[in-house]
Amino acid sequence: MGWFQKTYNRIKKGKKKIDVPDGLWTKCTNCSEIIYNKTLDENFRVCPKCGYHFYIGAWKRIEITLDEGSFIQYNSSLPSVNPLNFPGYEEKLKKGKGKTGLDEAILIGEGKIEGKQVAIAVTDFGFMGGSMGLVMGERIVFIADKAAEKNIPLIIISGSGGGARMHEGVVSLMQMAKVASAIGEFKSKGGLYISVLTNPTMGGAMASFASIGDIIIAEPGALLGFAGPRVIKQTIKQQMPKGFQRSESLIKHGMIDMVVERAKIRPTLNKLLDFLVF
Amino acid sequence: MEEKNSKYILGFEKPLVELENKIQELKNLSEKEGIDLKEDIQRLKDRLRRLEENTFKNLTPWQRVQLARHPARPKTLTIVELIFDEWIELHGDRLCSDDQAIVAGLGKINEHRLVWIGHQKGESIKENLSRNFGMAHPEGYRKAKRIMSLAEKFHLPVVSFIDTPGAYPGIEAEERGQAEAIASNLEKMSQLKSPILVIIIGEGGSGGALGIGVGDRVLMLENAIYSVISPEGCAAILWKDQSKVEEAAAALKLTAQDLLKLNIIDGIIPEPRGGAHRDVEQTASNIKRAILREIETLKAIPLEELLIRRKIKYRTMGKPRGEVDE
Repeated sequence: MGWFQKTYNRIKKGKKKIDVPDGLWTKCTNCSEIIYNKTLDENFRVCPKCGYHFYIGAWKRIEITLDEGSFIQYNSSLPSVNPLNFPGYEEKLKKGKGKTGLDEAILIGEGKIEGKQVAIAVTDFGFMGGSMGLVMGERIVFIADKAAEKNIPLIIISGSGGGARMHEGVVSLMQMAKVASAIGEFKSKGGLYISVLTNPTMGGAMASFASIGDIIIAEPGALLGFAGPRVIKQTIKQQMPKGFQRSESLIKHGMIDMVVERAKIRPTLNKLLDFLVF
Repeated sequence: MEEKNSKYILGFEKPLVELENKIQELKNLSEKEGIDLKEDIQRLKDRLRRLEENTFKNLTPWQRVQLARHPARPKTLTIVELIFDEWIELHGDRLCSDDQAIVAGLGKINEHRLVWIGHQKGESIKENLSRNFGMAHPEGYRKAKRIMSLAEKFHLPVVSFIDTPGAYPGIEAEERGQAEAIASNLEKMSQLKSPILVIIIGEGGSGGALGIGVGDRVLMLENAIYSVISPEGCAAILWKDQSKVEEAAAALKLTAQDLLKLNIIDGIIPEPRGGAHRDVEQTASNIKRAILREIETLKAIPLEELLIRRKIKYRTMGKPRGEVDE
């Protein structure tokens, strides 16, 4: 049997090595299906075979969520600072900018969903893990205040696996209190806040703005939680249960309202706005 | 206390402890043999004083981390016991259980009735196991939230003592919504219709600390620390090297002195020379004085104004000085 096994293994190993040329095709991270990029884009970058949700950037998110041409960006000239003079931080920011074309890990503005005016913020995992520093804190406050002032609903779509940004030390930690305060005030004035969670949203983001939505929606399979799986593994020194910290586990434990696939997020938001506000 | 302290000696405390032991030896000898060693003892005492001054005048951030984590450092219940004229502890979150890593209750100092909450580390290994080393589960944060609602209802000020390595990173903690529990407390504390005084007495470990750490005034003990990540975690991420903890501790600006400069905290409570654990009673008395001062000031502010001030405090948090626009 030995030689037979070996051959089988070799074949399997070889199969994994297929390189997909950039630009035209994408290999699914989950099921290894080779997907034509145009098909993937038309499908909101969700694998047509297994439903795996690929990363999409903040601008793409705006495009698939809001009515075409309705988005007006706010507060786009707030400069990033290095409050602690943390070593290597400026280079990290530069890299994030290059990778995403954003000036920070968050985009805020106003737009419409089926004609309904909403304030919106989107955080982008591609920019330093979507982590929250001073600029993100300031922008979330700005958009929550704007929503309160205009009496319109607030939607925050999070892709913030980086949590609170280490490079800004306690300054970033304080942003958690800052955004919770601003959103709390908006909610107490009767405003509707819908939090949309995407893969991944963790740590300081999950432990502040992402978790205090009146309604919380998550994309399928998103990693959502407070402590990262690696930290937990190190602490408890045992294997994590299957599906741990994924959207489907969170809904089972009562932590979120709905798991909604990407293509249905816009219509779901529309329905919620319809039920609760408009 | 003496014996317990001597069990845990930090590296930079060693020369001091050796000198202290020598002084004690001479004292014993002088008593036993009836020899007059006063002069020698005095000389050593002077030397000890100078050595203490030199050691503690310029502590590095990493040395302060070690002091903040010192096992004999006074903990929340020790301080509560020492500073309140009367106090009782309250238990449970009414949802799941009673988390031993966060304690809460009612108390009286002079004429002031207060609600107190705090992280609780253990005094022994056994107690630390039941207290989970001061690392709370969601139930701890929810208990704190419940007690804060009580404060609001009966118009009592809240004093919160912070001392935790962080919120517990475990499976059940995650499944029961650690992030939600903390987030919900941040929202609650930012709007709470009661004055809140926060005192970081030991370790201020990230979101787990902030989860009961939003307030009108935030003070730190002289050698307490407050950080978004542990120096160990930071060193691992940045340099993939555990031996760089000292650099990480410095880069994170986690000392009370740095955070006062950054406008993150409002004041520093002095510790006895050598750190809080060297004289617990003195430490408690310094804390008590600070609480009385702050609570009297906070109580004098009309509630509406207090809430506006708290809002502005957090809205401007982290903005470089001069850019504060409110």
